[in-house]
Amino acid sequence: MVEILLDATVRAGTPILFATLGAIINERAGIINLGIEGLMLIGALAGFAGTYLSGSLLVGVLLAFGASFLAGSIHALITVQLRGNQIVSGLALTMFGVGITALFGKGMVGLTIVGFKRIAIPGLSELPIIGRAFFNQNLLIYFSFLLVFLIWFFFYRTRWGLGVRSVGENPAAADTCGFSVSTYRFLAVTIGSGLVGIGGAYLSLASTPMWIENMSAGRGWIAVALVIFAGWSSPRAMLGAYLFGGITAMQLRFQAMGTTISAHVLQMLPYFFTILVLVISTQRMQKGASQQPEGLGLPYDREDRK
Amino acid sequence: MKLVIERREISSALLRFSAPVASIGVALFVAGFLLLASGVSPLAAYKEILIEALGSLYGLSETLVKTTPLIFAGLGVSLAFRMQIWNIGAEGQIYVGAMGATWVALFSGIQNHWLMMTAMFFAAFFCGGLWAGVAGFLRARWQVNEVIVTLLMNYIAILWVDYLIYGPWKDPKGFNFPLTAQFSDTARFAEYFDTRFHSGFFLAVFCALLLYLFIERTVWGYEIKVIGSNPKAAQYAGMNTGMAIFFVLFLSGAIAGVAGFSEVAGLQHRLQHGISPGYGYTAIIIAWLAKRSAIGVVIVSFLMGVLLVGGDSLQLLWQLPVAFVYAFQGLILFFLLASDFFIIYRVKLVKGVVNG
Amino acid sequence: MSDILKIKNIRKTFPGVVALDDVSFSVARGEIHTLLGENGAGKSTLMNVLTGLYHPDRGEISIDGNPVHFTSPRDSLSCGIGMVHQHFMLVPAHSVFENILLALDNVPNFFSRKIYKEKIQKLIDEFDVDLDLETPVWKLSIGAQQWIELIKLLMRDCQLLILDEPTAVLTPQEAERLFSVLRRLKEQGKSIIFISHKMREVIEISDRVTILKKGCSLETLNRGDFDESKLASLMIGKDKIPQWQKNLQMSDEIVLDIQNLSVRNDRGLADLDDFNLLLKKGEILGIAGVAGNGQKALAEVLTGLKNTSQGRIMAGEKDITNSNARYSYIAGIAHIPEDRKTIGIAPDMSVDENLIMKSFKSGLFRNWIFQDKKAIRRNAAEKIEQFAIKSGPDGTPVRYLSGGNIQKVIIARELSEHPAVLVALYPTRGLDIGSAEYVHKVIADGVDRGMSTILIAEDLDELLKLSDRIAVMFRGKLIGYVDPRKTTREEIGLMMGGETPGGAE
Repeated sequence: MVEILLDATVRAGTPILFATLGAIINERAGIINLGIEGLMLIGALAGFAGTYLSGSLLVGVLLAFGASFLAGSIHALITVQLRGNQIVSGLALTMFGVGITALFGKGMVGLTIVGFKRIAIPGLSELPIIGRAFFNQNLLIYFSFLLVFLIWFFFYRTRWGLGVRSVGENPAAADTCGFSVSTYRFLAVTIGSGLVGIGGAYLSLASTPMWIENMSAGRGWIAVALVIFAGWSSPRAMLGAYLFGGITAMQLRFQAMGTTISAHVLQMLPYFFTILVLVISTQRMQKGASQQPEGLGLPYDREDRK
Repeated sequence: MKLVIERREISSALLRFSAPVASIGVALFVAGFLLLASGVSPLAAYKEILIEALGSLYGLSETLVKTTPLIFAGLGVSLAFRMQIWNIGAEGQIYVGAMGATWVALFSGIQNHWLMMTAMFFAAFFCGGLWAGVAGFLRARWQVNEVIVTLLMNYIAILWVDYLIYGPWKDPKGFNFPLTAQFSDTARFAEYFDTRFHSGFFLAVFCALLLYLFIERTVWGYEIKVIGSNPKAAQYAGMNTGMAIFFVLFLSGAIAGVAGFSEVAGLQHRLQHGISPGYGYTAIIIAWLAKRSAIGVVIVSFLMGVLLVGGDSLQLLWQLPVAFVYAFQGLILFFLLASDFFIIYRVKLVKGVVNG
Repeated sequence: MSDILKIKNIRKTFPGVVALDDVSFSVARGEIHTLLGENGAGKSTLMNVLTGLYHPDRGEISIDGNPVHFTSPRDSLSCGIGMVHQHFMLVPAHSVFENILLALDNVPNFFSRKIYKEKIQKLIDEFDVDLDLETPVWKLSIGAQQWIELIKLLMRDCQLLILDEPTAVLTPQEAERLFSVLRRLKEQGKSIIFISHKMREVIEISDRVTILKKGCSLETLNRGDFDESKLASLMIGKDKIPQWQKNLQMSDEIVLDIQNLSVRNDRGLADLDDFNLLLKKGEILGIAGVAGNGQKALAEVLTGLKNTSQGRIMAGEKDITNSNARYSYIAGIAHIPEDRKTIGIAPDMSVDENLIMKSFKSGLFRNWIFQDKKAIRRNAAEKIEQFAIKSGPDGTPVRYLSGGNIQKVIIARELSEHPAVLVALYPTRGLDIGSAEYVHKVIADGVDRGMSTILIAEDLDELLKLSDRIAVMFRGKLIGYVDPRKTTREEIGLMMGGETPGGAE
């Protein structure tokens, strides 16, 4: 029972994990991206189309990354180069993503592909309780484990990572040290967006190997909230994503058991809990040292005199 | 050579006026390629939109029918914008507003038409207001990000309405469809010219005028503008910004909630799934395009109404998904943001570094 | 001596402001060259041009005789120009190590923390600075943060160091320490541009002095050719400084009594720590202290922007610590804030609207729930004339006004209600002499009406000139009061460093 629930938790949490990691990279560089929901959809459709047309899951994932990278570059161009309002641009990106995937996905509805399969890691997958959840999963999930570590390593052990963090905290300081604020921010937004796209591809290539209009169903927004819960750190993002995976898994489990509680009410739970978690983590943030990048949401204008 | 960006001293009025117009134009142009890619001639499509939405009395009435909820929701969102508060939850507020009005219509037993309409109005007003007020309270009390809260509450509101119409409020005589019973005539707006055009539109325009007076002429409007321009300055002038944030989000949600009332009382005459096909999201772009002016909201809402009616006909003619309109709206916003840049800044070429 | 840097005819304008008009001067190798000018003369703008942050409208910069055009700080860094900005360019959330590493050139992407730590530690030891590499910067004192900035430049081996008012945040003793380091760097052949408006320091350390006034370079003087009075007269010009008789008849009536007040900041550190202060009726109470020792928090608590975590504020017999009671009292406190544009004004609104920001609820400016636009306009016309505000056409958003005029708008608004208490934070910062004098006069005039003023300033001369009493703050505590007529700069200096008067501790 616990084993199955934990397994379902990881599987339901992974798309949110990718999206949260992508959002963290955006925000670490100081750019709020509310386009996560749209980017997930773009990734989901591109991933599905790529796999359907080529027959290769790898092509699908790469296409998902590429398409979201491109869509993210619109947001990057507007917020970084043109110093536009980050909130409005992100919302526009979500609208754009919802619309364009509905338009181009019309022909993909009802088609099927062979999605990602479980690959058991010999030995480890036999472990009690956690074996099935963490060592008998598909490649995308293994990749997400690796990514959590890589992102941490990138931020805290490489000069580029230091650059990204500095650009998000105090762009003027990074600028005077010779870092190009716009290049760092642009790449953080686009690459982060690409990762969000892989989260979308997980939905259409692993969760349910098909394309359904609006299939992200608010996961992108949950990811945006989780960034705050995670305190902009990738290991904590994993915790947060699985927390929500867990709630989703339990909710599905309840439904499967034929409870008398309405399915509609159960479906509210993840959103409700996200708000709750957001309130708690915001409060915690205000009491202790805030981890929010100080330059978050502020366009950088070198000659702006305060 | 390198590009250098400089702030303009004062942006010209001509630029400020022409930029939004130009961005809609460019968005139309780019959307044309999207249409081409899905096998539809853009010119034919745009012509179709105009004819459908404006070419006949019926088309015009349908456009105004769509304009009505957009005005309410747009006013709500733009009021919050005035204070730099983001109400992304107009969609959900429309749903709970409709829910409140429906509750009164179905269960209050009021017989008098005016009394009924007033009660429905206030039920929608308070439901929408309290729904947004939650986000307002969280923001004012603990600085919880209102963008995320209002947005997530959309999902909850829609699921909640679904729960009601699939469950306790389902019409027993409705052949098990997820609908409530039809409202009696006491709970309906008057309709005109044998079309679906109803009195809700006049209520919406009246609300716009009231809101305009409220913002531009009253002491509270002044307070909201100061807080919107610089919350720290407002605080230091002794204004209670927390209270104002709650109040403005409440009012913003309340007005959006009235859109729900107008939809059930004027159009649907019952509560059902998909009562708003995304009016709350379109409201965001309306508020942004209207540049915070209540009168501007009415005009832009009409434009968006044209687009929505046209979008419906594209769906019928070419089977384009309705969500295509979103892609178009996203594009308009993108180009609008980009045009803002050229209003504020000017780009210059200068010589690059020559290192000694 | 060869010139490392030569600047000719630099001009830089901002929307509505000519920050630099025509500036030329040169810096030789191994010299300490001071740029002297009053606030608003354009020193900081000039340096931002030199470091590639701002792009000049015209003029020439050459390094070692070769003309250069900087388009970003990277360009100027690659030419060996480094700067310690007045507002430090540090990332508070990052450690000292990360901040210094950020500034280093040629660090490989996958770098060895150990090697770089050793390198940086070596330099820190060489200058005998007390810095722990792992400490996050926000935990450090302002003085320590300045050392980080300096070490950043030295690690990069910059040949021309620019220090923008470095002593503004130091106690006189800390400043001495900095000067000895600067002299040592000079001996190593580095050039230093030193920016200050404190005459004493300039005379002590400079090889040459260039005087800036209203965006123009007036004259460059060699050591020996200048003394205090000569520099002062050049800097200030013919503007005469009026003197007035201090009003020494303050009563013993206590207006504000602050008891054991503690305030924590966002990081959970104490901005004010068990702080006490007494304000008497009709006095000007100067607050001296190195910037960042709690002055801002004090002003913010008094004006309702911050909440206290402990302690009491008494207004006469009334306890106004509690925020509800405070809101009503705040209306009676006038406040000239430090960051004019960030908290003093609503930048998108007109002068008319900004002038009623504190009194918009009063019957003067409203009819029932509606604003009385005519009365508001009349009030503005009156104030604009009385305070000689250059406001542009009616309805111009305040953001387009110059700094001095914005300050006048704020003062006009704050003093129009005849407040009982004025809290003025650096009220003359960034103003030209004329405007500054005007501000001084307004504050002094208030005394005649029985207004009590808390004057927070960084310039000791300003404090000594205006105050009836001076309170000295250090790390959020009150160190003690001094009498401006009897004290010495040295005594205040020691107290600013935390030593209690009388040599106790």
